[in-house]
Amino acid sequence: MAAEGTSGPGAWSPGSVAAAASKHNVTSFQRRGPRASGTESGGCRLVSIAGTRPSVRNGQLLVSTGLPALDQLLGGGLAVGTVLLIEEDKYNTYSPLLFKYFLAEGIVAGHTSLVASAKEDPADILQGLPAPLLDDNCKKELREDVHNDETSEFNSKMKIAWRYQLLPKMEAGPVSSSKFGHYYDASKKIPRELIEASKWHGFFLPEKISSTLNEEPCSLTPGYIKLLQFIQKIIYEEGFDGSNPQKKQKNILRIAIQSLGSPLWGDDVCCTKNCDNSHSLTKFLFVLRGLLRTSLSACLITVPTHLIQNKAIIARITNLSDTVIHLESFIGSNRETNPLYKDYHGLIHIRQIPRLNNLMYDVSDVKDLAFKLKRKLFIIE
Amino acid sequence: MFPELNDLLNASPDRAEPGKLTLLCDAETDGSFLVHHFLSFYLKADCKVCFVALVQSFSHYNIVGQKLGVSLTTARERGQLVFLEGLRSAVDVFFRAEGEAHPLHFLREAKAASLQPLYEFVREALEPVDQREAAWKRPVLLVDDLSVLLSLGVGAVAVLDFVHYCRACVCCRLQGNIVALVHDSGDAEDEESDVLLNGLSHQSHLVLRAEGLATGFCRDVHGQLRVLWRTPSPPAQRGRSLTFQYKIQDKSVSFFAKGMSPAVL
Repeated sequence: MAAEGTSGPGAWSPGSVAAAASKHNVTSFQRRGPRASGTESGGCRLVSIAGTRPSVRNGQLLVSTGLPALDQLLGGGLAVGTVLLIEEDKYNTYSPLLFKYFLAEGIVAGHTSLVASAKEDPADILQGLPAPLLDDNCKKELREDVHNDETSEFNSKMKIAWRYQLLPKMEAGPVSSSKFGHYYDASKKIPRELIEASKWHGFFLPEKISSTLNEEPCSLTPGYIKLLQFIQKIIYEEGFDGSNPQKKQKNILRIAIQSLGSPLWGDDVCCTKNCDNSHSLTKFLFVLRGLLRTSLSACLITVPTHLIQNKAIIARITNLSDTVIHLESFIGSNRETNPLYKDYHGLIHIRQIPRLNNLMYDVSDVKDLAFKLKRKLFIIE
Repeated sequence: MFPELNDLLNASPDRAEPGKLTLLCDAETDGSFLVHHFLSFYLKADCKVCFVALVQSFSHYNIVGQKLGVSLTTARERGQLVFLEGLRSAVDVFFRAEGEAHPLHFLREAKAASLQPLYEFVREALEPVDQREAAWKRPVLLVDDLSVLLSLGVGAVAVLDFVHYCRACVCCRLQGNIVALVHDSGDAEDEESDVLLNGLSHQSHLVLRAEGLATGFCRDVHGQLRVLWRTPSPPAQRGRSLTFQYKIQDKSVSFFAKGMSPAVL
């Protein structure tokens, strides 16, 4: 999101990433310094916000999704200003995990979080976040874990499909202690001090939806309208869109919305095939993306698409979001007994990756990806 | 502007044919590279361009445009480019009640009946105001993309009406061109999208259809482009059609005949 000199609250420039000259792309990097809305940002060219890094591909500012393996698949992380849509798996076992990793990453990196949910109180969600693995003692245990796996696999060399042996193994454990992307222990809860030290806003639908709306009807369900107004208020008040230039420290707002489109939000897109408010969810996504593009925020939404009966809406939702990932768990399906999948808990399908500031995105070599959940790691291979 | 695509289409910035509706269609893949191509093509051809961008922000198009050799910021300052940034305007319309005449006013309506404010915006943008405007050659309307309008509650018939009005104004009266991108939903049973796509393909002179490969994902060939030349009125029996495969690179797209990808040969 480069900056413009003329229009109002300008979008942010990812700063001069000349230092990060990468092996992929040397040309489009050297950004000229004085190009910018120098008015608002106060001449701070190198935007160094904690917990973010510029992409080597197109100079976008990226935040970690909380899962370094997923970051790798998405080309380094989630770009600021985009929407990551997760299509939930059938029994909703693994998508709350990704949701929690995203929020935990936000707390550890010091970002402001906005949690919206229609079924759980945001304070409870935050209590249940996994604890971050900090480098000192946990690294040893993890290395043992990974090592055990590796020794058993090394012995079995592939005989027939030997070409596959040449494929690079995806990294499973923490490689280095970096400020971008942390590992989390799913069995421990996040320490209370961390939550209290961080800034967060919660939106719990049953609390907010009390009075009837006295505005003109605009085909969005009242829950969505309230949520959009809440998000917009936070963005405006806290200056994520540059409207408060006195803010000394720029920060990222992480928005996490749980189970959007489910009947709990008052939307009947999951219930019937031809619903009245069929454009409610799509309009919401459009306006949300407009809000995100004009501010320093990133959003993660989980949608129970397996409940949506109208396939056209799923296609429209996919077109309206930036990155779309579909989780398919093996629970209860006949793939559970398939020996190919015996180590894994499910498959991950990456349905869409945005092409931001570029004609093409980074295409990863491997397209069939499965995930497995260990006590301390969420591995994608 | 991709030089190879210009050769294939037999077009060049010096001689842009007037009064044409070009339909860009994509099925299962992303056809936005075609939008970037036409945007830079018409800007280089010194045409006055009105770009209704509902999908991405201005800086995205600007950065890609710079890779292709045009600067959108300078074009906008010179008055050559009128840019409607859908995402930003949507936020304005939705949260701060703008007047009735805002082009995206239909976002506030429960059932958007017509896209008239949007048409008025296009008309004002492209009509030559005074003699100074004669510096630009024919006007061009570029829309990215029309399927988003369907998602926002506008009916397919209203979108077709909008295109019809724009064609009457831009193509016939002002002798300009229109380029629009529509998504083909494939087997997603989206009736409105099918109605829109069929209606537009019958009205258009040139249809560029980007599809994914039938055999699945391939690293070296990103997709297939089908080009169809038509004469809408009177409807000719068969239009000329060609198929190419393409690979998108950092600054351009290379096209080759089917099966002739450099990676295979």
